[in-house]
Order: sequence, then C-alpha cells, then structure tokens
Amino acid sequence: MKKKNLSQRVILTVLVTLVGLYIVFLPHGRRPHGSDFTLAGIKNTLRNNIKLGLDLKGGSHLVMRVKTDEYLKKLTENDALAAQTAAQGAGFEVKDVRAETTGGNYRIILTPADPAKAQEIKDAVEKKVELSSNLGWSYSASGGALSWSLGATAQRTMADQATEQALKIIDSRINAVGVAEPTLQHHGAQGSHQILLQMPGISDPERVKALLTGESHLELVHVVGPPSPASKQTYGSEQEAIASLNSGGTVPPNRKVLPYAERDEPTAGGQANPAAPKDKRYVVVEMPPIVDGSELRSASAVSSRGGPSDDYQIQFSLKKSGADKFGPWTGSHLNEYMGVVLNDEVKSIAYIKGQIFDSGEITGSFTKQSAEDLALTLRSGALPAPIQYQEERTVGPSLGADSIRSGVKASLYGLIFVVAFMLFYYRGSGVNAVVALLLNIVLMVAGLILFGATLTLPGIAGMILTIGMAVDSNVLIFERIREELRTGKTVPSAVEQGFGHAFVTIIDTHVTTIISSLFLFVFGTGPIRGFAVTLVLGLLVNLFSAVYVSRTIFIWHLTRKGRRVETLSI
Amino acid sequence: MIQVFKNARVDWLGNRRWFIMVSIVLMLAGLGSAIFRQVKHPNGTEAFNLGVDFKGGTVVTVKFRQRPDAEAIHAALKSQGASETIVQPAVDKPDEALIKLPLAGPAGGTVEDASQVDAGRTTVRKALNTFGPEAKKDLQSEPETAYHIEGTEAVGPVAGQQLRNQAIAVTLAALVGILIYIAFRFEWTYGAAAVIAVFHDVLVTLGFFSIFQWEISLTVIAALLTLVGFSVNDTIVVFDRIRENRKLHRRDSLYKITNDSINQTLSRTVITSGLVFLSVLAMVIFGGEVLKGFSLALLVGISFGTYSSIAIASPIMVWWEQRLERSGKISAPPTRQSGSTSGDQPASARRKRERAMGSAAMSSRTPENQT
Repeated sequence: MKKKNLSQRVILTVLVTLVGLYIVFLPHGRRPHGSDFTLAGIKNTLRNNIKLGLDLKGGSHLVMRVKTDEYLKKLTENDALAAQTAAQGAGFEVKDVRAETTGGNYRIILTPADPAKAQEIKDAVEKKVELSSNLGWSYSASGGALSWSLGATAQRTMADQATEQALKIIDSRINAVGVAEPTLQHHGAQGSHQILLQMPGISDPERVKALLTGESHLELVHVVGPPSPASKQTYGSEQEAIASLNSGGTVPPNRKVLPYAERDEPTAGGQANPAAPKDKRYVVVEMPPIVDGSELRSASAVSSRGGPSDDYQIQFSLKKSGADKFGPWTGSHLNEYMGVVLNDEVKSIAYIKGQIFDSGEITGSFTKQSAEDLALTLRSGALPAPIQYQEERTVGPSLGADSIRSGVKASLYGLIFVVAFMLFYYRGSGVNAVVALLLNIVLMVAGLILFGATLTLPGIAGMILTIGMAVDSNVLIFERIREELRTGKTVPSAVEQGFGHAFVTIIDTHVTTIISSLFLFVFGTGPIRGFAVTLVLGLLVNLFSAVYVSRTIFIWHLTRKGRRVETLSI
Repeated sequence: MIQVFKNARVDWLGNRRWFIMVSIVLMLAGLGSAIFRQVKHPNGTEAFNLGVDFKGGTVVTVKFRQRPDAEAIHAALKSQGASETIVQPAVDKPDEALIKLPLAGPAGGTVEDASQVDAGRTTVRKALNTFGPEAKKDLQSEPETAYHIEGTEAVGPVAGQQLRNQAIAVTLAALVGILIYIAFRFEWTYGAAAVIAVFHDVLVTLGFFSIFQWEISLTVIAALLTLVGFSVNDTIVVFDRIRENRKLHRRDSLYKITNDSINQTLSRTVITSGLVFLSVLAMVIFGGEVLKGFSLALLVGISFGTYSSIAIASPIMVWWEQRLERSGKISAPPTRQSGSTSGDQPASARRKRERAMGSAAMSSRTPENQT
C-alpha cells in the first residue's frame, strides 16, 4: 500500500468522523460551553438535535378523510337548482329538475315543458351556470329532457380540489388555535382524499378535533311569511311548515324548512334569560340564500350587549362581493324578515328595518369558548365537504418517555453483546470492527439529524437491527480474510483479497435490503417510515464504516508493522 | 484463532428431502391453524389475531393509581355496553393496563360513522369514572384522581382495510423488486429460488402468529418486510459464493459446488444470524410492550430465514438449474463479474484446496471420514 493512499484515507476518515461527532453531540446554533460535555449536557443536546416522532415525545396523530362524494353531490344539487332558476329566468317553463347522485354518477336532468326548445334552454342555462364541457360536464338530450353528467376525470379533479381546499381551511384553523409545530399533509394513495395531521404535545385532542371539522356553514336567508306588516311566520312542527307550502307534502327546490330555536331577545334592562330557549319551531326560508359563509370577511366573538356577562355573540362582516348582493336585497325587502342560518338551523330572525350592507351578528346562548370557536370556523371558511376521522393515535408524554427508555435499553444491551462477541472472537481485528460499528451508529444518527428525519420507536428498532447488519459486513470480510489466510496467502494479500471478494457480496446484500426498505418508505406511514429511514441510512453509512474505514485501519496496521507481517490477530 | 466451523463438510443438498419436509410440515401447521381457527373459532379466535391497525377499534393505555383487577375493569366496561373488550394488565408496569375495544356498531364495519373513532375512548372514560375521577394532566399533581389515559389508538373500518391491503401489496412488491434485482445480478433461477425461500419464511412466520395468536399490528408488517431483506441477505451470500466457485472449479458439478459454498459461508451465516438474533432477543426482553410483536416476528423470521437460505433456496436453485441442463438449455455459469479470479490465487494453495474438496464425494453422507 502506498503511503499517499493511506494518508488520504486517514484524512477522510478522521474528517467524516469529526463532522459526524459534531452533528450528533454538539449543540447547533450556539457556541458550546463546558456543561455540554457532561453526561447530562450530552443527553440534553441529543434531545435537542434529534427530531423525535410523536410516538416518542407524545402528541396526536390524526388521519381524516374528506367526504368528496358529498361535495360532488352538493355541487350537483346546487347546480340543478341554479339551472332551473336560469331556465325560468330566461322565460322557459320547467316541468321538473332532478339531481341524480347515486352510484358514483352525478347528473342533472331538466325536463322542460316544451321539449322543442331544448337547445335554447341549454344555451340559456350554460350562460348562467357552469355546466359547460370545459368543466367536464357532458350534455345530452333524450326523451324530451336535458341532462348534464359529470365525467370521471372532472369528478377526480373536483374531488382533488375539494381536498386541497379542506387542507387549506384546516391549516388556517390549526394555526388559529395555536397548536405548536403541527404537520399537515396529504396522506395515503392518490385519490384517497385523506389528510394527516400531527400535533406534538397534544395528548387530549378532543377540542381541536371538534374545531377542525366544525361545519360552520353560515347562510343569510329570506324568511318566507305573509306580506308585511306582519309578525314573523313560524310553525309548531315540520309537517305544519311543509303543509303551508301547498305543494303536496314535498318541499320545492327553492324552499327549505329549517328548525328555529326561538329565544327571548335581551330586553333593554338586560333581564333576558337566554339560557332557557323556548320550544323548537320551524320556519320556511327561501333558497338559494342571499349570501353564504364564503362571502364572510371577518367574524369575532363579542360579549352580548345588555345580556349576562357570560353570554356571547358573533359579529361578522361581509366581503365586498357579499355586501354588493346583500345591500340591494335588504333595500328591496324592507319590513320583511331575514334569518341567520348556521349549519341548517335558524339561529335568529331579524326584521329588516333599513338597508343593511355588510355586517350582522349571530346570537344564541354562546359561551365565550363556543363563540370563539365558532367565529374561528366561520373566519376560516366552510369546509367544502364533511370530514371524517379515520385514525387517531394519541401518545401521552410519559408513555413516550417509557418507550424511549426501553428502546435505548434494548439498543444498549444489543450493542454490548455484539461488541463483546466481536472482541472475543476476532481479537485484534475485533477492535477494528467495534470502531467501525460505533462510527456506523454515530454517522447514522448524524444522517438522521442532517436530513431532519424523525426518530420513531420502530426507528429505534431499525437502529438495533442495523447494529446486527452492520456487524455482518465485518463478519463477511473477516471470515473471508481468514479463509484466504488458510490457503497460505501472505497477510497483506489476504486482507486485500478478503475485502475484494466480500465487497461484491456486501453490495448485493445491501441493495436487496434497501429495495425492501424503499417499499416500506414509499408505502408506509409515520413510524414505519421512520424505521425504513434509519435502516437505509444505516446500510449506506455501513459501506463507508465497515468497508472503507475498516480497510483503512487494516492498511494502517500493516504499514506500521512493515512489509513483512507474518501474523494477523483475527 | 477461535473458529465456529472449521472446514465444515456437511452434505446439505443430500438432506434436502428432510429439510423440505420440515418446512412443509411447518407451513401446513400454520395453514391448518389459520383455517381451523377461521372456520371453528375456538375460544373466539380467528385465523390471525389482527390488531386495531387492521381490524379497526380502539386501544386505550391507562395508568391507575391503584390498578383494579382485569375482571373489575371488564365489568365496568360491560355496564357501559362494551362487552367484547380485552383488558390486558401490563406485565412490566404494575400500574398500567391496555384496554382494547372492537369497533362499535355493526360487525363488518360498513357503517361510516364519523363518531366511531371517538366512541371507544368515550366508553372507556365512562367506565373508568366508576373507579374515580380522571386526572387531566397526571396522577402526581392531582391527588384526588384515580386514573389517567396515557394514550389511545383508534382506527376506523375504512382505514383498517386500507392498511391491510397496503401491507399485502407492499410485501408482494418488495418480493418482485428483489426477484428482479437477483435475476439481474445472477440468473433468474437464483432469483426465483431466493424469492421462494423468502416467501416461505414469511409464511412460516405468519404461521407462528396464527398458532400462538400473537397480535399482528402495522409494526409486524414492517418486521416481515425487514425479514424479507434479511433472509435474502443470507441467500445472496451463499449464491455469491456459488457464482465465484463455479468460475474457479468449472469441472465440478453444481451439486458439489453448492454444498461447498454453503459450508464455506457457514461460519459467517451462523455468526451473523446469531448476533442479529441476540440483538433482537434484547428487543423482545427490554423493548417493551409496543415493540413486542415486531421483535417476535423478527426473532422467528431470522431463525427461519437463516435455515431457508441453506435448506430451501439452494436445493431449489440446484434442482431448477439441473432441470434446465437436462432439457438441453444449458445455463452457462454466470459471467457478469469480469476479471480473472483464478489468477490471484497461488497455484499451490489452489491445488491443496481442490484436493481437499475433490475428495468429498458427491453422494457421501458421512463426510467425517474423508481426508
């Protein structure tokens, strides 16, 4: 071996080792001081440097699914309604409009009174409603009816958009609640519409969960009643309300019957008792709403004027686009009634005294917290579709600490055993293997820190396994060297041959293990992914530590002893 | 120099019938257990004891101030309407217990109820409140409290099914990936033999899980995939040596070369597997409840992975190659690894080695009295 080659090897080895040690054991972002070199200091630094998974540091892991089918259903129904309004607005008589939303098909069927005018109706509808073929709707006319159905590609695109939008809304809600360092991302296979949310340090996620999926769907509607002046029209039961429509027991698409929890409006003296709502009543409202939650600009919780101090209400204001609709509408409906509908329940009914442009309030027995939560969900906008929780994993901080303790314990015992065996079995060369093994572990952890990978409990298991597999490379090499020595080779030649032959095998074994780990990484989630990462990192680093560094030590050893080495402690 | 196997000369292939028989018996035992349990449900067991990850349901880890016995917890849960619960007092911690609930609602889990994921935890809370109030933060700072929920895992029916399908797909995909790599590096017969051996390991390990009703969780699947990689490692070490020896001793039969190769790599196989086995054993003993399934799967898998690379992969490969040779399609020894290997061995050493090996007659079952 040439001297130059050796010194190159030594320099590289020392350099990498130092960098590895620096990354793992020294604090980042500040100058190290004396206490960093005590046992407690090192422990503390390790805790700061290594990013721990939720299963180790405690926290909540939630998987939710956006019910995109409901989104498409609602979209189709709304479009059907809009199509009817558009056709009627253009002066055509419409016999029937239906939205078919079963079996993965989304179709709008419009039956005009005069089938001959189908083409004209189509043009009139498509001018107002977004049912064009560019958006994925395919039009056909048969049996005197017009129909639009949503193609599969468009369904996918729209569903993806809904998921994307839900993700954004959840993101804004999470930020507003003030969860520290949350992770929010798409989850599962393409098209599964799942969202993964990880919240470190949250060990009781109930409130956050309710807040995230809170469907605060706000609508301002026209409450149908007799011509003014009259008191607001409410009904004692749903049947009664439907009967008032005189439409044969069904609710036409442009009307809706909603429950209304009537309560005393606070009197001037502040003697109201909002905690005792009166009986539930029903009202008929006009569809579509005047404006809905998407037109909201802001919403905030405020203490009720005049009411008891623990009674809160929500004040909201509308965006310009909403105010542009709301102002003229209230202007033309003076002395009538308007309702504030939240999640399909009428919260309050107001008498329109004058034109209102852009603000209003929602009242109704809110506590401070519920008002704040509601204002938050209103501000962040309505979710495009309901969200369902599919998986919830919560680990308390003490459970996580226990896991770390037992994981570290198992690793240490495994390591001690392997080290003892290698020293006993391979004697002098065993030292070489142990050095390589320790370096392997340090570099693996350095890799984890460098790539910002998360250490999970299965990740610790991956480390333990890596200890076993790392030592395999050395065993392969050493056994081969022994074999070569047995055939009567000189020590330097045996070492060279041993490394040469074993290297091919090591590459093959490492590649296969990496292949199976890659599958784990690509398809696995959370903790399993952490496992794959540590295993792959460990194996890659192993090529350096067990092959390159080990060989350097051998070369150094042989050079030191001079050309005529007769024996090798192996 | 301490040596585990000095000049081992075992006729492995000669015993192939025994090996294969043992494997078939083991696999049949596993299959039998799975079918029997699936059909008969003895003691309410099923083919596999699937954890919440795959079946859906809730697991709650509770720390008690004074742990009631499992029966009392059971009764409390039953009064809340949860009858099919499993209460598992933690072995290593005297104050903790695991409470497992199946999915609420109709069996089969077709109902997609949003509240289902929460239902289990709520039920457990209500039941445990009969022992005393819950600690909001921890038991130490709240002396009046009786218990604290340390962790929950709840998986809905849809997620469970998804995870199960995913696990199967990933395992199969990994096997195919390995098959392609080995076929590329060696011959496709080698690849097929290695994959069959690995598949055998997975089946035997699953058999153990069925027979002993160990719980199968997501981490067990991770362990099975690790096992796939690890078991192929052993096989490749042997195959690598076969490839090398075929170039060195062109006149020897594949049968002899394979036997020699297994013997030459035997020390490495035993040392490595032994070390990995022992570090996994450390995990079984000290790794705690959460890693138990994982480490058990690896423990069984590593043992059989080592066994199968000798006893299953090599015989299959030899049998296949011989069949191909007989049918005329002589498979040339792999030559991908270029460079002369024979040149760098001193002639004397090679002769000595060939003499020693050449005398080990192919059919001999008593290699001890050779030399």
